[in-house]
Amino acid sequence: MRNESALRIVWVYPDLLSTYGDRGNLLILAHRASLRGLAVESVEVRSDQNLPAEADIYLLAGGEDAPQVLAAQRLAADGGLRLAAERGAVILAVCAGYQLVGGSFVANARMYAGLSLLDIRSDRGLTRAVGELAGEVDVNLGLPMLTGFENHGGRSILGPEARPLARVVVGVGNDGRTEGAWAGHLIGTYAHGPVLSRNPALADLLLRWATGIEFLAPVDDTWHERLRAERLAAVKAA
Amino acid sequence: MVIDPDLLAHLAARRQIALISGTNGKTTTTRLTAVAVGVLGPVASNSLGANLPTGHASALAKAGATAHAILEVDEHYLPHVLAATQPRVVALLNLTRDQLDRAKEVAMLARLWRDTLRGQPIHVVANADDPMVVWAASSTERVSWVAAGQRWFDDSWVCPECGGSIRRERRNGSVDWCCTTCALRRPTPHWTLHGNAVVDPRGMCHDVKLSLPGEINVANAAMALAVAAEFGVRPEDAVPRIAEITSVAGRYTIVERAGRAIRLFLAKNPAGWLEAFDMVDPAPILLVINARQPDGFDTSWLFDVDFAPLRGRPVLITGERAYDLGVRLKVNGVAFTHVPSFAEAVMATPPGRLEVIANYSAFQKIRVELDRAE
Ligand SMILES: [Zn+2]
Repeated sequence: MRNESALRIVWVYPDLLSTYGDRGNLLILAHRASLRGLAVESVEVRSDQNLPAEADIYLLAGGEDAPQVLAAQRLAADGGLRLAAERGAVILAVCAGYQLVGGSFVANARMYAGLSLLDIRSDRGLTRAVGELAGEVDVNLGLPMLTGFENHGGRSILGPEARPLARVVVGVGNDGRTEGAWAGHLIGTYAHGPVLSRNPALADLLLRWATGIEFLAPVDDTWHERLRAERLAAVKAA
Repeated sequence: MVIDPDLLAHLAARRQIALISGTNGKTTTTRLTAVAVGVLGPVASNSLGANLPTGHASALAKAGATAHAILEVDEHYLPHVLAATQPRVVALLNLTRDQLDRAKEVAMLARLWRDTLRGQPIHVVANADDPMVVWAASSTERVSWVAAGQRWFDDSWVCPECGGSIRRERRNGSVDWCCTTCALRRPTPHWTLHGNAVVDPRGMCHDVKLSLPGEINVANAAMALAVAAEFGVRPEDAVPRIAEITSVAGRYTIVERAGRAIRLFLAKNPAGWLEAFDMVDPAPILLVINARQPDGFDTSWLFDVDFAPLRGRPVLITGERAYDLGVRLKVNGVAFTHVPSFAEAVMATPPGRLEVIANYSAFQKIRVELDRAE
């Protein structure tokens, strides 16, 4: 039975968009919402199913070239994510998912149309970006340093409708200067996999946007903080 | 060290050879197969897991002239080693994600295998339950399909042949699968498992009483028996021999330390962790995570593993990336204690069994520590 008041978190197409640890973002959001006493409904929607347009948070993860193209085509045909975005639903798009919410992206040496939910265009870089990524987050988001691991061959150019998520301190991100992008309630990042594991404040920002609750009760973040401190010290970005 | 390809070919000449490859279970299956084929006489084998061409050459050189050789091969090196050794049999166990930042993507590896095997006069022994393996093996004529099972589905939801969706259905204890778009589907296996028994193509049931733990090793034994059968070894002759194996390259052995019986498991990737959970006894458990070069620098995969089977037992964690694991276990609802080192973990558990699951570099470090204390 569906709980109408539950926070609905949708993992979009785990059969296509799921690389290392991508499930983590879903698990962390659900966990942090539960700790605040919020009822949560986690939904995994496969690419042969209709994408519900009325959920609260949508997660798009990483993927190889062929599944990325397929996911972009099916999402365009389905239309659910566009409807959700238009009514301000929260979207976290990671890696291949980040590229496909933009205007265009390159896969298997060809250019494909994206969903144009975010004003970015992505191309292939000359080298693959693999390693630790850290950046100072846009002050408008009020978040501490972003820390993550990147593994992608893409380079992204932001248009005027999108703002960089962070200024790169370590790593490559979009182009070595900026990392990720955001607009409205959509955040895209090259920090792949369970980016929320190292950035619990980003998880809480998504929850605040989704619930409209301005002050979420504090939770015990000891292990998240130890992990953050260790990773930031390892790349001396702190 | 660069090995002259002619050297490996020279050392391989005049031997009947089987190559064993796959993401997980290679070392154990190679050992089981070498012991099974040992029914026929001395066998050359890289039994310690040195699975690159240098390891193959030194294993063959060290063994001297043997009629048979059973070689574990790194997934990426299968084309190279196949060309050099001209094997009679190739066994393909499984293909799942290893470490993304150093390994090729799963679909690319499946294609590499498929192209390598196409048109080769080789008998392939392959896991019928892994769609990637089935597709790779289907480019050859002669295949023994083994129902070796699949614990990790997340790298084979997309058909490698056509890009369609793979559908799975649980049926009589095994998982049937097929592509919803093209003709790729689970082949009817020639070798099947029933609990601890392996059923051969003649329908004969062999009770495999392994000393190695877990269901997964019964599946590895089925693969080994199927390979050995190609060399003319009857399963009934091999089964008593493989039952005597108690340890494989330091894994599964129980080491006594300060009144603790420590048993080491190696888990290198998400599928390997699920297999390890299947093998451990209900005792205190230590999880050790590093992220060095051989492990991959990225720890994201921790969120691919469901640690829920460990709930309710004493769990300790350590290693260079224990904090990544700490977050994962918190989110997973698994209570744990962080300890600074392996030695302190041993002292922090009561006398009795301590199960240890470690990833690659952590495992090697613990082995060295245990050897040194000996
Ligand atoms: Zn297909």
